[in-house]
Amino acid sequence: MPDAKTKIAFELNGEPVEVAFAPHKTLLEVLREDLALTGTKHGCELGECGTCTVLVDGKPMLSCLVLGLACAGHQVKTVEGMAAGGTLHPLQEAFAELGAAQCGYCTPAFLLAAEALLAESPRPTREEIKLALSGNLCRCTGYIKIYEAVELAAARMQGEDAKPAPETLYGLP
Amino acid sequence: MASRKKAAVRRSGGPAVGKTAEQPTARPPDRPTALRVVGKALRKVDATAKVTGATKFADDLFLPRMLYARLLRSPHPHARIVRIDTAKAAALPGVKAVLTGKDLPIPFGILPVSQDEHALAPEKARFVGDPVAAVAAVSEEVATAALDLIDVTYEPLRPIVDALDAVEHPAPRIHEYGDGGNLHKLINLEFGDVEEGFAQADLIREDLLFFEGSTHLPMEQHAAVADWSPPPDGKITLWSSTQTPHYVHRALAKVLELPAAKVRVIATPNGGAFGGKSDPFGHEIAVAKLAMVTGRPVKITLTREEVFYCHRGRHPTLMWVKTGVKTDGAITAMHFKSLLDGGGYGSYGVASTYYTGALQTVTYHVPRYKFQGARAFTNKPPCGPKRGHGTPQPRFALEVHVDKLAEQLAMDPAELRLRHLVPPNSLTANWLRIGSMGLGRCIRKVVAGSGWKQKFGKLPYGKGVGLACSSYITGAGLAIYWNPMPHSGVQLKCDRGGGVTVFCGSTEIGQGSDSILAMLVAEVLGVDPFDIAVVTGDTDLTPVDLGSYSSRVTLMTGNAAIQAAERARDVIARHAARKLEIPVERLAFAEARVFDVADPGRGLTFAAAVQLAEAAEGTIGTVGSYTPPASPGKYRGAGVGPSPAYSYSACVAEVDVDPASGIVRVPRVWIAHDVGRSINAATVMGQIEGSVYMGLGEALMEEMAYRGNRNVVHKIPSLLEYKSPTTLEMCDIATYVIEDPDPNGPFGAKECGQGPLLPLPPAVANAVYQAVGVRVDEVPITPEKVLKALKRKAKGEEPRFGPTAFPDIPWPEPTRVPPPWEGGDGKAVGGGKGRKEAVAASKR
Repeated sequence: MPDAKTKIAFELNGEPVEVAFAPHKTLLEVLREDLALTGTKHGCELGECGTCTVLVDGKPMLSCLVLGLACAGHQVKTVEGMAAGGTLHPLQEAFAELGAAQCGYCTPAFLLAAEALLAESPRPTREEIKLALSGNLCRCTGYIKIYEAVELAAARMQGEDAKPAPETLYGLP
Repeated sequence: MASRKKAAVRRSGGPAVGKTAEQPTARPPDRPTALRVVGKALRKVDATAKVTGATKFADDLFLPRMLYARLLRSPHPHARIVRIDTAKAAALPGVKAVLTGKDLPIPFGILPVSQDEHALAPEKARFVGDPVAAVAAVSEEVATAALDLIDVTYEPLRPIVDALDAVEHPAPRIHEYGDGGNLHKLINLEFGDVEEGFAQADLIREDLLFFEGSTHLPMEQHAAVADWSPPPDGKITLWSSTQTPHYVHRALAKVLELPAAKVRVIATPNGGAFGGKSDPFGHEIAVAKLAMVTGRPVKITLTREEVFYCHRGRHPTLMWVKTGVKTDGAITAMHFKSLLDGGGYGSYGVASTYYTGALQTVTYHVPRYKFQGARAFTNKPPCGPKRGHGTPQPRFALEVHVDKLAEQLAMDPAELRLRHLVPPNSLTANWLRIGSMGLGRCIRKVVAGSGWKQKFGKLPYGKGVGLACSSYITGAGLAIYWNPMPHSGVQLKCDRGGGVTVFCGSTEIGQGSDSILAMLVAEVLGVDPFDIAVVTGDTDLTPVDLGSYSSRVTLMTGNAAIQAAERARDVIARHAARKLEIPVERLAFAEARVFDVADPGRGLTFAAAVQLAEAAEGTIGTVGSYTPPASPGKYRGAGVGPSPAYSYSACVAEVDVDPASGIVRVPRVWIAHDVGRSINAATVMGQIEGSVYMGLGEALMEEMAYRGNRNVVHKIPSLLEYKSPTTLEMCDIATYVIEDPDPNGPFGAKECGQGPLLPLPPAVANAVYQAVGVRVDEVPITPEKVLKALKRKAKGEEPRFGPTAFPDIPWPEPTRVPPPWEGGDGKAVGGGKGRKEAVAASKR
């Protein structure tokens, strides 16, 4: 027999949501299986890789280690909530522009971790970016394009008409 | 330009973002102006889907009434399966089907010569993690609970723990085929008389090196969903995170005994692959069979631990190399031996073994060359193709060996390499045809950029720089199963609205292959790449492409796409020229227009031109295909190594070694890569940087480690314990893209996704020697190994950590193939496996 379901209410991507699910489920499972938001990915389901990162009350959290029940009354943001009104978030725009998303599997988590960083530190140094993203693994990019995309988005979010450096896109002369 | 040069190394915290208006032009100034799309840095066609989370990976698929599957895996490394009782599991509420090996008795495997796998082991388990039973149930929880109710009686056999153990213990045999005992494959190839070459040398050096196994570690665990349409359809559809839908298609048809037309394989975008999703897998076949027996869709998603059991990663490889050189560093002969730890099944292993001996000849001229390679079966997860497939190990050995030779000759290692480069447009001793060859330019770039001459041998104790080079194939010259058909096919459809759809069997694994198709077709037809729809990796919808492996996709699908696009352009041009009343030669296709080059204002929109052609000829659809050129080598074994084109890389790594802890840090790397021609500049940068990252991981930390007892249990099947570089370990990279166009590449393009990984491990090893004066002839270069070598140095012993012996192996008689400059014709002569060919040739 399936477990009896528990119903909770929380704010998801800026909108109120009610969802019923088996009480042992993690936030990751609730998002993917009960709310059909498959943008949140999983790499280990053990809290090791950061791939399932979402924002809970604005803070990056590993959704594979958070019980769905624990989110009652809280604000949860997933990658599906980043673009507003049909326009990509500057981080999404910069990741797309520089190829910071290769396979794209770890990308939602990096985007959300970066968004949390920029909320706290609008013009982070390279070292701050490395530290903030050190809990997220990426096997494709070597992280370089991710740093550069975060820096590009940060500049644009500060109102600068920033463009990628030529060596970012073409290499050194 | 001077100010740009100053920014050669992007230091931590330094600016990566320009914001002035004069930056960047869409295309660097040295590019041919005739190209409108090729060479630009464009976002990938799937970039928006990937940054919004809209991309559907295999585990993101949920079908109505879908069941969930789990596999029961062997806890024994080597055991006979005496009995399996599934009654209790089948009786568990919610369980819909249980399968064991007897339900899927037909073997399969990626190579025709090693069809040695079963979806579920029927008689014998060959590694801890070998699947023996499968369950489909209404939920993952129920399926997992059911696994505990399956009762398997095993009769444990002595496990073979590594390659040396396999050499020493021919019994018990892991497989009943191979080249004797537990040796899966033995190779002995001789190109010229190496002993004669050694006799001419001024200096002869021998070295032993070891490259530990590592795994791909894609962030996405393998997943597959199967859906069965019962008779009269009788058709199975499988969505899977696979790099090779065509080979999965063949394996499913074979094992499920279905006509190929009744099997559809759809490769979902891969969430990272790196070679680890190139084999047909048991879980793909099991989930298809479960869908057939339950009549419901079934999904399987492997746990991270199971991904370590799928493996097919880098073969642990012991290597011995002996080279003779003249005083100026010119090689007179080289003899190379490798011993690969293959794990429990064949996988790509025969090819991997050949690859450990194939590309030694394509960087520095080797006039006489002998290669002996052996692959052992062992009771561990099977090894296979990981990024660089079989070549990073010998490249590590060769580049460290050359570094030591340079030291003995008192030559600068960069200078030694530059003096003896293989010439372009030449044949090697083992009959590989080299086309464009930009390695010299690569070396000069990293030497200048890194300040090599000011740093080499001149940095304080604890700091060092090391240099290494490499080369890689741009696609294997031969298909995995022999056939005379094209390796890549493309269909192209022009829509009367001006859009174009490209259909190709290639698989998007994050490398940007979908975008390459769009950009090349856009270049030929003069339309915007984002007006092109790309349909890939679906065996029902797309013509065959062999798969995303061997760095073949840009070159092969690219050439096929160009051919299809040129054929469409010719059809459209015929009618546009008639309408404009000008010769066809005067037409240009650009900016979504077809116009008169003599009077550019006079023309048609691309859509109007398509409509004219469609009105006259019907639907505008064309095809293109690509078959690599025939290999000049005709000996047995000549199938591995030939490629339409070879990429080249040079790398300088800078290291900080802490002699107290042995910890090696790599603050920065300079890498130059000869990509032939950049198609999408941004993608090329990403591939080079990603390769550097993965090479750094293999140099410093990544290893498949097993417990040192007879359990041969994987020690670290988790992302936490399998160490891979995080942002905190990743180095800064100065990247130089070198373009030496190859006539076989689309617009001259060669590969860039694998080659730049190869020089990292040897460059780091060579730099460690410069820093602290010890040779670590084994990767990963862990602190323990550095400390052991430093201790030996302190005691006055050989300042080195590494292997000390290569075992005796019962090599077969060599296949003797005279090199081109000794009058050979690419065929074997004399004894060994070449004899049959020689006899047959003499009778003709």
